[in-house]
Parts: sequence; C-alpha cells; structure tokens
Amino acid sequence: MKPAPFTYHRARDIDDATRLLSRLTDDGGDPRVLAGGQSLVAMMNYRLARPGHLIDIGRLTTLRGLRTGEDGALHIGALTTHHAVETAPDAVLAPGFTVLRDAMRWVGHLPIRTRGTVGGSLAHADATAEWCLLAVLLDAVIVAQGPAGVRHIEAGDFFHGHYTTALGPDELLTEVVFPRPAPRAALTEFAPRHGDFATVSAAVDLDVAGDGHTVRGGRVALGGVAATPVRVPAAEAVLARGGTAGPELASAVARAAAGAVDPPADAEYRRGLARTLVERAVRQAVAR
Amino acid sequence: MTETTHRPAGQQLLGLTVNGERREVLAESRRTLVDVLRHDLGLTGTHVGCEHGICGACTVLVDGAPARACLMFAAQAEGCEIRTVEALGEGPDGRELGDLQQAFTEHHALQCGFCTPGFLMLAEGLLSERPDATKEEIREVVAANLCRCTGYQTIVEAVDACAARRRAATPTPSEEDSCS
Repeated sequence: MKPAPFTYHRARDIDDATRLLSRLTDDGGDPRVLAGGQSLVAMMNYRLARPGHLIDIGRLTTLRGLRTGEDGALHIGALTTHHAVETAPDAVLAPGFTVLRDAMRWVGHLPIRTRGTVGGSLAHADATAEWCLLAVLLDAVIVAQGPAGVRHIEAGDFFHGHYTTALGPDELLTEVVFPRPAPRAALTEFAPRHGDFATVSAAVDLDVAGDGHTVRGGRVALGGVAATPVRVPAAEAVLARGGTAGPELASAVARAAAGAVDPPADAEYRRGLARTLVERAVRQAVAR
Repeated sequence: MTETTHRPAGQQLLGLTVNGERREVLAESRRTLVDVLRHDLGLTGTHVGCEHGICGACTVLVDGAPARACLMFAAQAEGCEIRTVEALGEGPDGRELGDLQQAFTEHHALQCGFCTPGFLMLAEGLLSERPDATKEEIREVVAANLCRCTGYQTIVEAVDACAARRRAATPTPSEEDSCS
C-alpha cells in the first residue's frame, strides 16, 4: 500500500530536530523521527504507522560514525548504518568490539543494512532486534537529546516493552555508547528464513581468565522470549560459579537459561530454541 | 492547532540525480522513491512488488549501495546518486545488454523476469563493493530478494560468472604498474 499523507521536515541540525519534535508534539501533530526508515517506512506503507509529520534527520552527518573514547568506550552515532559497522576496519572498531561487527550479518539483508541505522533500531525497540540485545548484554548507554538537555539512559532502563522505550516524545536518540570491550562475546539467533526477524536470539559475554580457558563469570541475554530483550540471571549464576570453558559449561548455562524464561507464545518451542542458541553462543564466545 | 497539523501535505519540488541525469519532480511527501522513478520519471525498469521491503524487486543503488526504493521517500534521495536498471545497458543508445545482464541471460537466471531488475541492481552493488565475492557470499546476498521461478541457483551462477569475467578483465596492480 501507499503511506498516508504527512508533512515532511528536513532537520538542519540536532537542535532543529528537537525543537521541531517538541513543537509538533505540543501541537498534537504526532511527529516521528525518520532515520534510515527501514522499519518506519514499511510500517507507514502498511499504514500501521500514520504520523502527521516526519522529521528527517538523514542529513545530520555529525550523528554518523564510530569513535573510541579515551576511556576505551565505543561511541556509535545514531545514524551509523548497520553496514558501516559490518564493514568497519579494526582501526575504527577496536578488536574488543568485533562481536558488534559479527552480529550485523543477522540484521535483515544487505539492502536493509545499507540504509537501516543503529539509533533507529534501538528507538524502534523490536524485542528481537540485534542492537537491542547487544545493548542490554553489554550495558550500553543510550544518549538522548531533548529541549531539557542531554540524558544518558542505561540500556537496562531503556526498553519498556514492545516498540516502547524511555525516550521522551521530544527527545532524539543521538548516540549509543558501549562502555567496555567484550572480546569473548557472541550473538546468534534463529529465524525460519535467514534475514527475517529472529524467533529467538541469544547473546553471551564471557569473563575468561588470562589462561584462556577458565570462565570466571559472564552475562547472558535473550531476545524473543519477552516484550524486551532480557538478561538471564539464572544462567549468569552458572557462569559466576566458574569452570573450564567447554561443552559441559555451555550445556549447563543453556539449561539454566531455558528453565528461567517464560515466553508469552510458543513457550516450549522458544525455550527449546533458547537452550540451543545459548549453548551455541557460549561455544562461539569460548572459541574467540 | 498549527496550520499543518494533519492536513494532507502539499507537493514539494525535488531535485534527484538518476543515472547521472539531474531530474526535477513535483511530488507529494509520501511518494516513495520507487513510485517517483516509475510514475514521475517513467523509469519503469524498477519494479514494485511488496512495498514493505521484503521482496527486493525495487532494489536500486543509492550512492552505490543497494537499497529498497519502496522503503525510502523520494525526498530522502535528494543529494544522492541513484542508479536504476536502465543504467546497466551498454552501446551508443544504451539498448545493448551490459555484462551482468548478459551473464543472467547466459545462465538462465530469469524466467518471468519480474524480480530481475532488483536482482541485477543487488548484484551490481555487491560486485562494486566486493569484486572478489565468493559464491557463498553471493548466495547469502541474493537471499535478500525473492525469486519464485529460478530457485536461485542460476542467479548465483550468473553473478559469479560476471564477477569472474570482470576480475579477468581487470589488470592486476603489477600489470598496471608495467603499463605506466
């Protein structure tokens, strides 16, 4: 179908975008921010979304790109495309963050990744989106700018439910910060067809001792088992007990993860997927 | 209420660069790039299928990268270089098949042809970024588009053959050095 009519605005800079958002929200104009449009335009074509105004931030080039801060944190501008992360050289994407680059092959298909953006994906907040899962797994901080100033929101507090986030109606997501490298992390998922949204996705970040095979702890996160991506404390407790990295540990973590989740639909099936995928993710993280 | 709230948006003048030509279009804001290409510019080589980014029939190159023309408003394409399947033709009048199109013909990489413009632009974008793409990489990338006739095998073979031919035709750096 064709989208419903709307008024198009092209933001000149971040302040222009937030001013427009604020004014149009106050006026009841139902504005939406247009970044890469790979979810929003599809929803508009379906008329699942009928915003009165679109504020196109596509020209805000300052929101594009990756940079490593002095503290080693990786800052990703909201308008950075999935493909830019996928093809980022080591000089830009430090070796400790390759989990982000490797995860990009799961994001839609190439023509989606060339347009779709990191910030757009986080703001859209699909429960199985790779960026949302990575943000929750790695304690990312989401930076939002609005008329009241800049806010830093922990990923754990950012996702409120299906397509719902802590972003205010007049706030613009400008950046996501991954605070520390995760050299032994991995993300994997299952979808009936490659490139579709995942049925279940799993990601782990292991804390491995200097000997390279003793696991001291770690994190486990799942997508597709709740309205938001979730950490799985029961599985992390298994990792915290420590042990030798190997099939037994992977299997124990996976069992704990599957037993701890309560998917709202297809519960048995998704629990089975969670178990398989967590086990796979742990093995992949160990192998890094 | 402001004067614009929920009022059907008027038309806007857009300047687009399509296949190297500067074009101007008067279109509603909600006009997607694929509809502007087809309806306003008469470039009907780009097909439109699902209109929600699944089938890939509308794939064009935006600044060299393959993109769904149904998931972009034409206004977003201002300032970008758009290339459509019409740009692949060769010869003085552009009516002869380009090498990628020729490879599709030779390998029977199409039957009904509806999806073909999208596959051609997807492959063109892939090979310009990764001229050394392996068959496996080609296979993964062409999964982005839907073809209900061929079963994909012949499409992969056509793209792979075209890539091999282009590599053979490109002088290696050492040969280039010896020419200069």
